Order: sequence, then C-alpha cells, then structure tokens
Amino acid sequence: MRVIEFREALREAMSEEMRKDPTIFLMGEEVAEYNGAYKVSKGMLAEFGPKRVIDTPIAELGFAGIGVGAASNGLRPIIEFMTFNFSLVAIDQVINSAAKMYSMSGGQYNVPIVFRGPTASAGMLSSQHSQAFENWYANCPGLKVVVPSNGYDAKGLLKSAIRDNDPVVFMESEQMYGDKMEVPEEEYYIPLGVADIKRAGTDVTIVSFGKIMKVAMAAAQELEKEGISVEVVDLRTVRPIDYYTVINSVKKTNRLVVVEEAWPLASISREIAYKVQKDAFDYLDAPVKAVTTADTPLPYAPTLIDASLPNAARVIKAVKEVMYR
Amino acid sequence: MAKAADKKQKFSKEQYLKWYESMLLMRKFEEKTGQVYVQQKIKGFCHLYIGQEAIVAGTVSATRKEDKHITAYRDHAHPIGLGLHPKYVMAEMYAKITGCSKGKGGSMHIFSKEHNFVGGHGIVGGQVPLGAGIAFAEKYLGTENVCVCSMGDGAVRQGALHEAFNMAMTWKLPVIFVIENNMYAMGTSVERTSNVHDLWKLGLAYDMPSKPVDGLTVEAVHEAMEEAVARARRGDGPTLLEMKTYRYKGHSMSDAQTYRTKEEVKEYQEQDPILKVLATLQANKWIDDKGIEEIESRVKALVDESVQFAEESPYPEPHELYEDVYSEPNYPFIKD
Repeated sequence: MRVIEFREALREAMSEEMRKDPTIFLMGEEVAEYNGAYKVSKGMLAEFGPKRVIDTPIAELGFAGIGVGAASNGLRPIIEFMTFNFSLVAIDQVINSAAKMYSMSGGQYNVPIVFRGPTASAGMLSSQHSQAFENWYANCPGLKVVVPSNGYDAKGLLKSAIRDNDPVVFMESEQMYGDKMEVPEEEYYIPLGVADIKRAGTDVTIVSFGKIMKVAMAAAQELEKEGISVEVVDLRTVRPIDYYTVINSVKKTNRLVVVEEAWPLASISREIAYKVQKDAFDYLDAPVKAVTTADTPLPYAPTLIDASLPNAARVIKAVKEVMYR
Repeated sequence: MAKAADKKQKFSKEQYLKWYESMLLMRKFEEKTGQVYVQQKIKGFCHLYIGQEAIVAGTVSATRKEDKHITAYRDHAHPIGLGLHPKYVMAEMYAKITGCSKGKGGSMHIFSKEHNFVGGHGIVGGQVPLGAGIAFAEKYLGTENVCVCSMGDGAVRQGALHEAFNMAMTWKLPVIFVIENNMYAMGTSVERTSNVHDLWKLGLAYDMPSKPVDGLTVEAVHEAMEEAVARARRGDGPTLLEMKTYRYKGHSMSDAQTYRTKEEVKEYQEQDPILKVLATLQANKWIDDKGIEEIESRVKALVDESVQFAEESPYPEPHELYEDVYSEPNYPFIKD
C-alpha cells in the first residue's frame, strides 16, 4: 500500500469531498496562496480556485462567524484555525452560534461546519502556543470533537466530519503533519464517536487520543518487554466518547491508565475515570490513574517542557502503580 | 410640499396601507407582550421594539421574500413584519411547544426559516459575522439574494463587527448592515462609548458605502434600503445604514430608565413613525375613520388570537430536551 503523510491524508479527505460536493469550501489564514501554514492545503487553490479555497485576514472571530452564517444558509464550510490557540478569539462563534443555532431555532437551522487545525504543544513555543482545548470544546453540547492519532484515521474521520450535518471541531497536531503511514487509495469513512483498540492486551488498559497516543503506544511496547500486556484504546472522538469500548476493555483488564495532553482539572481523563468507577467499579483492581500535562502554563525551556508533558516513562510508572509492581 | 408630492408619486396608497397595518401590528403586539410580561406569562429577558417599527416596515417593503434577515435579541417585530403569524412568536415567548422555536429559544431567539428570518441572536454583535456569512452563501451559490443584518448601536463597539465589515467589503458580499441606533446600549448612551458618535462613519474605515437614515420615517428607510439592496444585488457589495431611531420602552422589561428623561421620551413619541404614516394616509384621503377602525380591529384580532393560542398551547414534553441538539437522531447523550 502507498505511504503518505498525515497532512496529505487530511488534504485528500478535503479534496475528495470537495470534488463531490460543490457547497464545501475551505477558508482560513494562509490556506490558499501560501498553500497552508503547515502545507495541509497545498495545491488545493490550484485545483479548486479562489472561490473555494479562501485566504482570510487575521480575524478568527470574523471568519468563524462567516463560516457559521454560510453553514446556516446552504454551504458546508471547512474553517481552518492556524492553531486552536487562536480559536479562543473565535470561541464565541463556535460555542454561542455554531453549537446553539440548531437548538435555539427549534431544529430549523442546522450548522454543517468543520473547524479544524492543530492543537496542543509542538516544541518550544511557550505558553500561548502550546494549549490543548479538546476538553473545552468537548464540554459543549451541540458540537462533536474529533482528535485523530494517525493519518489513516484522520482521513476517514475528516471525511465523516465534513459530511456531518452538525458542527465538528477537528483537532490535529503540528507534530503529526509529517508522520507517514499506509493509507489506501480507495475511498473510506470512519464513523465519529467510535473508539479504536490500537493494541490488544490483557493486563492493563491505556486510554488516550490524538498525538499523545504515540506516548501511550511507546509505553505499551516498552512494558511488553517486561511481560506486561497493555491494551491501548484510542478514543478518536472525545465528543461523543465511546464509553462502551472503554468499559469493555477495563472489564477485561481490570486496570486503567488514561493519558492525555491537557491540564488535569476537568480533563477528558478525569471524565473517563468517573465513568469507569461508576460503570465498572466491581471490575477495578486498582484506582484509575491519569497522566496529564502539569497544572501550569507550558513554559519555553526544554527542561520544563520535559517536566510537564506526558512521556513514556511517566506512563510506564503509572501502569506499574496500577499493577502494584 | 414639494417633498410630500414626491412621496405621493413614489409610494402607492396600497403601500401606505400595508405599512400602517404592519407597523400597527408590531406596536400592538409589543404592547401586549409588555402587558403579559408584567403578568409573568413571559419570563426571561424581553426587549420590546416599540418606536422602531419603521425600520422593519421599510426594510420589508424594499426587499424580496427570498432575501435573508438576521438580527440581535430585539427580534419580535422582524419576523412578524416578514409575515410570520404573530401567534408563533407569542407562543415562543410563552415557552410553548407551538412557538416558532418550540419553546427552546424564547423572546431572544425567534427564528422562521419559512420567512428567511435567521434569528434572534443573544450575544451583542455576534450576528454581524453571521449575517456576512449568510450573504457569503448567497454570493457563492450565485443567487441575487441579499442579507439584511440588523444590530443595535451597542454592537458597533464589538470587534466582531469590524472583522465582518472588513471581510464583507473585501469580498463584496451582498449584505446590508443596519444599525438601529436607538441611542442607548442598555443604559449607556452612544456618546459615552466612543469618540465616534456618527455610527455610519464606521463603515468608511472599510470604504463601505455608508450613511445615516431617518429611521423614524418609513419612506426614508425604504429608499435607503432600496438603494443598498440594489447595490448588493448588482454585485457591488455591502452598505452600512445607520437608522436613527428611538425605543419608547426600556432596554428590557427590567429597565428603570434612570439614564434618560421623560421629556426626551415624549419628544420622540411626538414624531411617532406610525402616526406619520397615518397622517399621510389621511392627508391623501386614502383612509377614513371606518378604514382605520377596520385595520385596528384586524390587528386586535391577531394579537388576541396570538395570546389565546399561546395560553392554550402546551409546554414542551421533557423528551424535547434531547431533541434539536444534534440533527443526528441517535446522539449518545450522557444521561447518568
């Protein structure tokens, strides 16, 4: 099978859908003439023209709102945020307009829109460019939130997100755009809201999603050498969450570590822990552990970044704790 | 006199009768809304349109039914002007399932897709990019329709408006931005919020055709709107119209109005936009007392019917809570 980069998988998802449906367009900063800040949309202006691949001024609030308005009136916009850090100046339109219009109009106006771009840390970028807001968006009814962990999933999930009739927040990573993976040339879709067991195991479950899945997988591999069989569940979508797959895995392994690049308070990992203690209490042989980003802004210095982000060593330590080893 | 004669030529008897009945319906509907609000039949925030009716009436007469309309939360009159039966607005404010938004929106979130009224939005200025986006879709789809995007004077100080103005003008979107300047953003006068008091001038920063309009005179509204709509339809982009108007009532139903005098309110009531239309009808002998009574009784019947419909309608059943959140029917809500 051919191998392509994560960014190419995203581009294929958008381009395939745009070829089929003329109401889909891509809008954002540097998406057209610059070929994308991270080259996700490279070549799309040449194929689809300036009517459908649209450069904006630096005005996230304005173009997010224009996207929502267009979505309420017959189009299917893909709005790119250069990073989700910048989505905070647009969050009014995501939360108050996109997520609310269907409900507050009594079902008259749905908003088929995708807000996409990279999330979380990406090197030494300091505090304003290193934040993960997956749980912020996942908290809000009316939205769906997708966080793929590899190129194959990203393509199938983005195609589903574009065809979804409700607003979808689709969160990528600068540190994944260059990742290469086998992706079939034949068209496929991956449904939103379905987790994927990326690695089967019997001793302990690790639940994670997005870029930090790499850390979870690396830890699992390392632990296997020590004779610990780890099952790794990739949530893929954090609203809705596929609790069924998580609970079933915990019922099998009886132990759970959740790994997430996000601040701990009210995080997805702590949400999972609540659900598991409620629905699988009798199956648990140890308290649930969460490995998250430190409860501080992410600083610039590499030593401080290392001290904050989840890494394989920290995950291995957590797994050993829930195994009492 | 010359001006009055011009007006006679420009607008027909039928147009004036239509304006009169439509504006009177908005007025009487809102007066009733105020009454039933005081009786606590309507809850939540409630913002009345009384005094500003000429803006909706002149806008409706200068647009086509395919055109789109969006506004903020002072939103009862717009859909009624566009032809939505007022009983669906009243039932919405009564929180009944028969309301236009199934009792899920209330006073601030009136919507009517059938009448191309896209709400009813509660965050000041938030509807301005939405209106530009609605117009974006019309242009993208190659229609000749326009979007009329209304806002209060408070909205002009929001960043969202400036971003939307800039892109709407850069991309020549078919949108007419209407500032309904009733002089007070809640209790803060326009003068207290910026050095720029002529709000129409804000459009000039983006090279947008912009002008002030006498928003208390329906003919002036219609004429300004007609020119702006024609500009948008022929692909020349947006217009900013500052409609100078006045609201007789408070910002919302809970406003003690300590920021203005009774004399000021009275001064504006003397230039009432509805009485002006009636005066033109009478001066031209286009209406007699019997004609006035007929209109008044039709309006009263509609308002009474609206209240009765709202009173008699049921509240939404509890299962409605989980409906209309996602268009997907089986979304797995967290319920325990």
